[in-house]
Amino acid sequence: MAEEKKVYTRTKGIIEGAVSGFCPGCMHSTIHKIIGEAAEELGQLDNLVRVEGVGCCGLGQFYVTCDETIAAHGRAGAVATGIKRSSPNSLVYTYQGDGDLAAIGLAETLSAANRGENFTVIFVNNGIYGMTGGQMAPTTLVGMKSTTTPGGRDPQEHGYPMHMSEIINQLTAPYYIERVSCDTPQNVIKARNAIKKAFKYQLEGKGYSIVEIVTSCPTNWGLDPLKSLDFLREKMFAEYPLGVFRDGGEKKQ
Amino acid sequence: MAERVFMKGTEAIAEAAVRAGCRFFAGYPITPQNEIPEYMARRLPEVGGSFVQGESEVASVNMLYGAASTGIRAMSSSSSCGISLYSEGVSYCASARIPMVYVNVQRGGPGIGAIQPAQQDYLQATKASGNGGFRMIVLAPDSVQECVDMVYEAYDLAERDQNPVLVLTDGVMGTMMEPVVLPPMKTDEELAACRAKFADRAIVGHPLGQQAYCRPGSVGDGQEKVNIEAAAMYETWDKDIRVEEYMMDDAEIVFAAYGISARISRAVIRQLRAEGIKAGMIRPITLSPFPYDSFRNLDFDRVKGIIDVEMSIPAQMRWDVDYAVQGRCPVHEVLRSGGQLLTNDQVLKGAKEFIKEVL
Ligand SMILES: Cc1ncc(C[n+]2csc(CCOP(=O)(O)OP(=O)(O)O)c2C)c(N)n1
Ligand code: SF4
Ligand SMILES: [Mg+2]
Repeated sequence: MAEEKKVYTRTKGIIEGAVSGFCPGCMHSTIHKIIGEAAEELGQLDNLVRVEGVGCCGLGQFYVTCDETIAAHGRAGAVATGIKRSSPNSLVYTYQGDGDLAAIGLAETLSAANRGENFTVIFVNNGIYGMTGGQMAPTTLVGMKSTTTPGGRDPQEHGYPMHMSEIINQLTAPYYIERVSCDTPQNVIKARNAIKKAFKYQLEGKGYSIVEIVTSCPTNWGLDPLKSLDFLREKMFAEYPLGVFRDGGEKKQ
Repeated sequence: MAERVFMKGTEAIAEAAVRAGCRFFAGYPITPQNEIPEYMARRLPEVGGSFVQGESEVASVNMLYGAASTGIRAMSSSSSCGISLYSEGVSYCASARIPMVYVNVQRGGPGIGAIQPAQQDYLQATKASGNGGFRMIVLAPDSVQECVDMVYEAYDLAERDQNPVLVLTDGVMGTMMEPVVLPPMKTDEELAACRAKFADRAIVGHPLGQQAYCRPGSVGDGQEKVNIEAAAMYETWDKDIRVEEYMMDDAEIVFAAYGISARISRAVIRQLRAEGIKAGMIRPITLSPFPYDSFRNLDFDRVKGIIDVEMSIPAQMRWDVDYAVQGRCPVHEVLRSGGQLLTNDQVLKGAKEFIKEVL
């Protein structure tokens, strides 16, 4: 009989048997998996602290095995600052949506980045307020319909989408900035490697790192999972090009 | 070792916190409490602590929430309009049962108000420091020594209850210099022992299967359970009520005042006594829990009236005084606000007008 070789194991970063609360086709589940894998490969699951933003991110709170605190909407950058400075050896990451990080939490986000706080931000950019039912986010595309821009986002009235990785790349202190996605197996691997790299840098004391993950929100985009992937690739990637903005403190773009 | 020194209120508050074991401070500049963050910026690095100038009070209080959730002793301070921005973080700490300690050095209000001293945040401090109807112990010092003692003790109370504690002082106390006895510096062993008590809950990373969660909210019936537990904890606070009853044995005229107003009232009471008027004072030291019984159990055959002295217009503590007195004697007010200080003469004059009516 041929010998069986184990080629894949579910990460211990996710509670055994737990079911995620995310909608079908939502990339949040994949992101949780790769965070768990990255931390596990670094032997850090015992040392991992998650600071959760408010939004669909919060649906992960009964899904992960690490220590976890829930920040007030937008304040994850401040809460993580307090945690990391009080427990410098913990591996600390925030998990935030675009409304959380780029609207209500803009000051906390940029200020933590500007201080070069030694934690990692995982920023899930789906171009919309998912949790509250599809209102406009700072990242909503021009022309894109949301419940508060029923005629589509109009730059005259609502301004233009905000590019957080590019904005943070204007600051001097951040050490690592990369924008990834999870739409294909290759991109999932890239995203996992980016998260692992960010974690590694943090463990080495290098300072602030952010991995922006451009994702879909089938439910609030009003598209089925496959059509949302098309929209993601055609429209979202055009506005939010994937790539490394900074690595090792050096600007790449 | 206890040590006697001459210190400004704000700096004494900061040093007391460090001696109590505070190793993290976040705050945003605002008069009249700037010396607290400035002192911490110099002092904390000497003891291996961390100081952050937050980008706002909102950020600072949320940094405090994060720091305190790791089990470390942490502090923040602000003044009035800055304290309004703390309500988010204080409410989160109350819900998640995080022992945070913070200080309000009150100034005039409402709005940006005035930078001079006032006592205009009483109701906010004692009744609703954030959404959700939580409560917390509020300590009101009337000397630099009490500022020191209360900040030092606040950590024990906060950790005992796993709940926020507020030290409510004002710009007079903050800028005043007085001799104080500083408490001993807590040793690393003592602090490690405090931290060890909460090691299971500390958000620092745990082995699989022993995860720590800090949840400022719950789904299903979880939040009601949290609220019922918190309410049961508040019920245990009768033992924590602190009040000073000054010259009350035979008092016919009773001053009701806290903090700086109590200091002024004390001087006026001595003047009145010298003139043969039997005056005394009930000074709430814990504003929450409030010493209702001290007022409730007054001998109303003897007491002819109460003079509520506050640096607030309209009066605020009077709500609690009235609640206990229930109209059994007249209550008179002597008030200033908006950064205008009460003077001995004004209190004396107001008291005498009232006394003429009731005695
Ligand atoms: C102070 C405050 N304001 C508003 C809300 C309501 N709220 C919850 S989630 C959310 C939007 C989250 O959007 P985003 O950060 O993009 O996350 P997503 O759900 O898309 O993942 C809002 C406005 C809140 N919880 N707290
Ligand atoms: S609403 Fe959108 S972001 Fe939220 S779980 Fe559903 S698909 Fe995912
Ligand atoms: Mg979103």
